Amino acid sequence: MLARRNPQLNAHGELIHLLSIEGLPRAILTQILDTAGTFLSVNDRDVKKVPLLRGKSVFNLFFENSTRTRTTFEIAAKRLSADVINLDIAKSSASKGESLLDTIANLSAMHADMFVVRHSESGAPYLIARHCAPHVHVVNAGDGRHAHPTQGLLDMYTIRHYKKSFNELTVAIVGDIVHSRVARSDIHALTTLGVPEIRAVGPKTLVPGDLRDMGVRVCHDMREGVKDADVIIMLRLQNERMSGAMLPSAGEYFKSFGLTEDLLALARPDAIVMHPGPINRGVEIDSRVADGSHSVILPQVTFGIAVRMAVMSILAGNDA
Amino acid sequence: MTNLLLDAEQLYGELRSGVARLLSPDTVLVGIWSGGAWLAQRLNADLKTGRPVGTISSTLHRDDFGERGLGAVEATTSLPFEIDGARILLIDDVVASGRTIRAVVNELFDYGRPASVELAVLVDRGGRELPIAPAFAAAKLTLPATQRLSLARGTDGRFTFAVKETT
Repeated sequence: MLARRNPQLNAHGELIHLLSIEGLPRAILTQILDTAGTFLSVNDRDVKKVPLLRGKSVFNLFFENSTRTRTTFEIAAKRLSADVINLDIAKSSASKGESLLDTIANLSAMHADMFVVRHSESGAPYLIARHCAPHVHVVNAGDGRHAHPTQGLLDMYTIRHYKKSFNELTVAIVGDIVHSRVARSDIHALTTLGVPEIRAVGPKTLVPGDLRDMGVRVCHDMREGVKDADVIIMLRLQNERMSGAMLPSAGEYFKSFGLTEDLLALARPDAIVMHPGPINRGVEIDSRVADGSHSVILPQVTFGIAVRMAVMSILAGNDA
Repeated sequence: MTNLLLDAEQLYGELRSGVARLLSPDTVLVGIWSGGAWLAQRLNADLKTGRPVGTISSTLHRDDFGERGLGAVEATTSLPFEIDGARILLIDDVVASGRTIRAVVNELFDYGRPASVELAVLVDRGGRELPIAPAFAAAKLTLPATQRLSLARGTDGRFTFAVKETT
């Protein structure tokens, strides 16, 4: 049997789709982070635009709503001079019964060059990447519980920006790890970049022991989880978990796993606090921490645009 | 790889004299990454301009992005002065097709509207594909299109030229 190539890479090992951080070599992750650094400086110019994607059409296909992620992808594509078309598929063809691949075939006939895909089904972006024309690039903007690679990369950019290197860090990821595509992408990226200690922190229902298979240390006690951490990544507690009886109540959760100033004091004095947003104040994070001096939640948003510019421009420069 | 009869240090001396003649009291030097940036830094120190020196990269404006891709991005633009109304002297090691100059001029205009932009180079190797002419070139020579000329900087800061055959 032929060894199956990673569908994200061409025969030269260059990135042609970004579907998941899992399986990408460290050199590619580093290339994306380095390139993002260049794009960050575009914000300092009078003209916040570079012509790398001039004449290209980027289609934002959001089968699942996400205003923030869609907006940052849109800004990134526009700063690269691409034409951006936003399709709110949740409200259009799919609800009329069109299949995913028919939708893609139609959009390809409109000469799309890149699809940015958000879908509630894990693996949907893979399906699209497999069936689209060879010149078309696919970026996964979050699929089911599986992956959210650009969020993972912007988290890595943020960590590198503040901590300079990954080699000696302790990173605690706190909250609903089992349902979180962000956590999954972060864990793969942190592992590839050489972080020695990654902790998954939360209640047993949301942080099951088999997460140890991913090479993380599982903690069901918040004090133990954040102790001496260099980086604390808080995840949003999704309300539907509460209704699903996996948790007692938001108030109970905050008492056990909400990040407060007292808990933060157990981490390293120069620890940074991250969150992919949107934050639930008083549920997973105390307002004083979210707005405090350790919080880098808003810089994450700024870095996210540069990282997405880097991903799109690297993909556009590589042929299948 | 041959070293050719091109003494980079001697040419640098000529470039320094040429640039000294082009400088007005408010000219700022901007070196094109990477060879031009080394030259601009050394010129700025040797000519004691007393002004900051800029570095500019063509990466984000190249016209061959479609064929070459982004590659490794080490080059970044740093222009630590006001561009609006500035008199800018671009410095590069080699000018050939002129496409790099076109790209960096575009990059420059993303930061503002300079009063003037001129170009000084160590070597003009001909083969222009755009209407671009340096105000000063320390040497003019003709090389076969298959040869690539590039400046190298030793650990002692001294310059040498290398010619590589490309296929």
